[in-house]
Amino acid sequence: MSETIKTDVLIIGAGPVGLFAVFELGLLDIKAHLVDILDRPGGQCAELYPEKPIYDIPGIPLITGDGLTKSLMEQIEPFGPTFHFGEMVTTLEKIGDPLFRVGTDGGKTFEAKCVVIAAGGGSFQPKRPPINGIEPYEAKSVHYAVRKMDAFRDKRLLIVGGGDSALDWTLNLQPIAKRLTLVHRRDEFRGAPDSVNKMRALVDTGKMDLKIGQVTDLEGPDGQLSAVSIKEKDGTVSRIEVDAMLPFFGLTMKLGPVAEWDLDLKENLIPVDTGTFETTTPGLFAIGDINTYPGKLKLILSGFHEGALMAQKAFHYVYPEKRLVFQYTTSSTNLQKKLGVA
Amino acid sequence: MSDELNVETAPRPAEQKEATAKITFIEHDGTVHAVDAEIGSTVMEAAMRNGVESIVAECGGGCTCATCLVHVDDKWSETVGPPSSEEEDMLDMAFELKPTSRLSCQIKVTKELDGLIVHTPAYQGR
Repeated sequence: MSETIKTDVLIIGAGPVGLFAVFELGLLDIKAHLVDILDRPGGQCAELYPEKPIYDIPGIPLITGDGLTKSLMEQIEPFGPTFHFGEMVTTLEKIGDPLFRVGTDGGKTFEAKCVVIAAGGGSFQPKRPPINGIEPYEAKSVHYAVRKMDAFRDKRLLIVGGGDSALDWTLNLQPIAKRLTLVHRRDEFRGAPDSVNKMRALVDTGKMDLKIGQVTDLEGPDGQLSAVSIKEKDGTVSRIEVDAMLPFFGLTMKLGPVAEWDLDLKENLIPVDTGTFETTTPGLFAIGDINTYPGKLKLILSGFHEGALMAQKAFHYVYPEKRLVFQYTTSSTNLQKKLGVA
Repeated sequence: MSDELNVETAPRPAEQKEATAKITFIEHDGTVHAVDAEIGSTVMEAAMRNGVESIVAECGGGCTCATCLVHVDDKWSETVGPPSSEEEDMLDMAFELKPTSRLSCQIKVTKELDGLIVHTPAYQGR
């Protein structure tokens, strides 16, 4: 097991609200680590609307999800946050007053004086196809991610989907698979044109198969796939023998482990005090879309406000002996030094 | 001024009828929701405002999540029309598609759609 990472604050979720919390904490000399299941910052802004305009950020008439994420990253850069991407926080345990031990599915352990849950609508997880009886196959022979390519060597593989994930894994796994079949609902692919061309060339030279249709049935005992049925557009059903299936239908938000953390959830949201955005557990905060209180609006701007007040309370846990003097970035040379502009 | 005059002279019920279209959602389990949808809004918005729970609309109408899938009733498919290429790309991330499947956030409610019937799937991918 790896060494425990000690930090003032651990933020769960690196969406806009988690990112801005770094800024508000940083002004108060509080260091933060962030954990996010995505492979990059931005949360929903990165995953759901990277190119869509946002019109309700105060002072910014129009910005895209990507643009906002980039601006926030620039804004918090002086505070040197540490990011842990591609990992999901799975365990949260109170071990002090306050002190928390937090574990991730990547095997990391943190000890943080405060924990801030900024997990939005939950964690982004792969969409699972609603194929009858798929559950026993999941993790055994139906996989939503490729952890080790070698696990698929000399196997008969079925990849499902038409985006970049499906195409990239088709191109990467085709050379080591015994036989690879790509299944997509239509003969058009939204993935990168170069990948589409490479895939089509492999099909044309007989090195892999392409089927246009939808997977309807799975066969095989004890979670081990042996064959799948594919229904084509004209209604004909064909059966292919396979050892493993990799469906790529994008991501969806699931509340995930937060549900198990004893937070008195109200309709899957975390109730908080509106003066501090603290949960019923001292030192454990919830900001952004994942919290609830009378009058709550799921707006990015509300999450920013919540982060600012959270930081004020967190200061008392991180520096119990210090007195907090409220200062403005416009006039305080002390704050300006922290921002690297004085 | 002339607008105001029109409003005063137009009979009320007809005016209301013009502002909304009747849309019927038939859920997977047979539950029927007949709702009045505002002209100019989307079929997804009509579902959300009227508690059609089988429409999830995770992204809030941005055509980026494919969790507001509906199967347009065969009788209405032609009037509703086909998806745009952007929507077609997102349909790739939905399940159990039929030839008449659409994302309801991309169907604008118009007068022509008064009486529209859509069927909602059992599962939206979450």
